Amino acid sequence: MKPAEYYQRDRRLHPPALTPDYKTSVARSPRYSLISLQQSVSEVTGPVFGHNDIDPIDNDLIKNYATAGDPIGERIIVHGRVLDEDGRPVPGTLVEVWQANAGGRYRHKKDTYLAPIDPNFGGCGRTITDEHGYYYFRTVKPGAYPWRNWVNSWRPAHIHVSVFGRAFSQRLITQLYFEGDPLIPHCPIVQTIPDPAAIEQLIAKLDLNATVPLDSVAYRFDIVLRGRRSTLFENRLEGN
Amino acid sequence: MPQTLNYLRETASQTAGPYVHIGLAPGAAGFDIYRQELGHDIAGPNAKGERIRVEGLVIDGTGSPVKDVLLEVWQANAEGIYAHPEGGGDVEEGFRGWGRVITDFETGEWGFDTVKPGPVVPRAKMTSGVRQAVRESHPDWMGRADEAHAPMAPHLNFWIVARGINIGLNTRMYFEDEAEDNAKDPVINLIEWERRRATLIARRSLRDGIPVYRFDIRLQGEDETVFFDI
Ligand SMILES: [Fe+3]
Repeated sequence: MKPAEYYQRDRRLHPPALTPDYKTSVARSPRYSLISLQQSVSEVTGPVFGHNDIDPIDNDLIKNYATAGDPIGERIIVHGRVLDEDGRPVPGTLVEVWQANAGGRYRHKKDTYLAPIDPNFGGCGRTITDEHGYYYFRTVKPGAYPWRNWVNSWRPAHIHVSVFGRAFSQRLITQLYFEGDPLIPHCPIVQTIPDPAAIEQLIAKLDLNATVPLDSVAYRFDIVLRGRRSTLFENRLEGN
Repeated sequence: MPQTLNYLRETASQTAGPYVHIGLAPGAAGFDIYRQELGHDIAGPNAKGERIRVEGLVIDGTGSPVKDVLLEVWQANAEGIYAHPEGGGDVEEGFRGWGRVITDFETGEWGFDTVKPGPVVPRAKMTSGVRQAVRESHPDWMGRADEAHAPMAPHLNFWIVARGINIGLNTRMYFEDEAEDNAKDPVINLIEWERRRATLIARRSLRDGIPVYRFDIRLQGEDETVFFDI
């Protein structure tokens, strides 16, 4: 068996481009259908990252920006595996995260929310999955924050997550939410996803077994990228 | 009940949001944190081929430039080889072929320097000596012999995320001065509407002796860029 294309993306579990309740999507959503490509080498390859690209402290958001003590907030560990749709681990892939601080404020020159900047919190981290596809971060739990959509819209606490996989066609950015957050069902961005089970899959589960006693509570978040076909029989395309 | 197929389901996409820079380009968000940010040097110092610049805007449905986009580019080297185990061979030391840029917060302009890629032979593990012969009528990298998998004209693969974009958009940029290869390109020819094909062709000019390719991406409206489901 030879590896072949990645499985077709099931677009019905992803948000469509146009989701009017999330207002910004209206002028930024293509209106024509996507053109489906049979994958070539351009799509089944993608950038490769190694440990020279990052530093070991990059996955510790409690320490990677702090200068005068730890950031304020609930100390948490976020951990899990990057898998493909066949359940196979995706080792050696770059995972990047970014988030607001415990007050819900981002360290970004465009964020003007009145919650304070935390001098010891940058809000971003990155790591590379190990040979089992496993990754972990340490951080503080981000706060909910208001945003301009409707007059009174709030984002549930969330961490933005970016993953590469092995191929450009596996590239994914998503958001991690936290179990039990009452804002989740009210969020127009969460609700861009039409499939309730796909939303559930974005909610990290409290993982008491992985907590560090007297130190940090843990949440488990597995990420699934597209799986890959194997060539069982050679294609015999029309006309050959 | 029949047996079950125990496939997992792909994690759903969510918008990268307005603060994507914090995670993927923190310098642009206004702070330094990492020893090195990734994606600034696409080709590296040793890449062969023609040095070029690529620039453009991302334009929304109202005709306004979008000023909070992050673009990633993925390309082959001048030999048509990708820096990947299945990329078709070896690349120059330091050539990654991947870049990441953001649009300017004030103007929406983006741009990067790289080398012009070669035509991509869709078959892996090929030495350059046999490339030309193989390009004519050889099975592709998956063993298929079919016109739909003919060599591809030089191109850059783009992936675009931003606030308001719910799932990253994939497109390709082709080069105006490769008209002959473009006319035979299997992906361009897949686009049924000839008028829409032009949205993928970057315009060439010269600035200080360096070729500059202009590639404006239109998310919507007249001349909406062709986006692909890859
Ligand atoms: Fe956010």
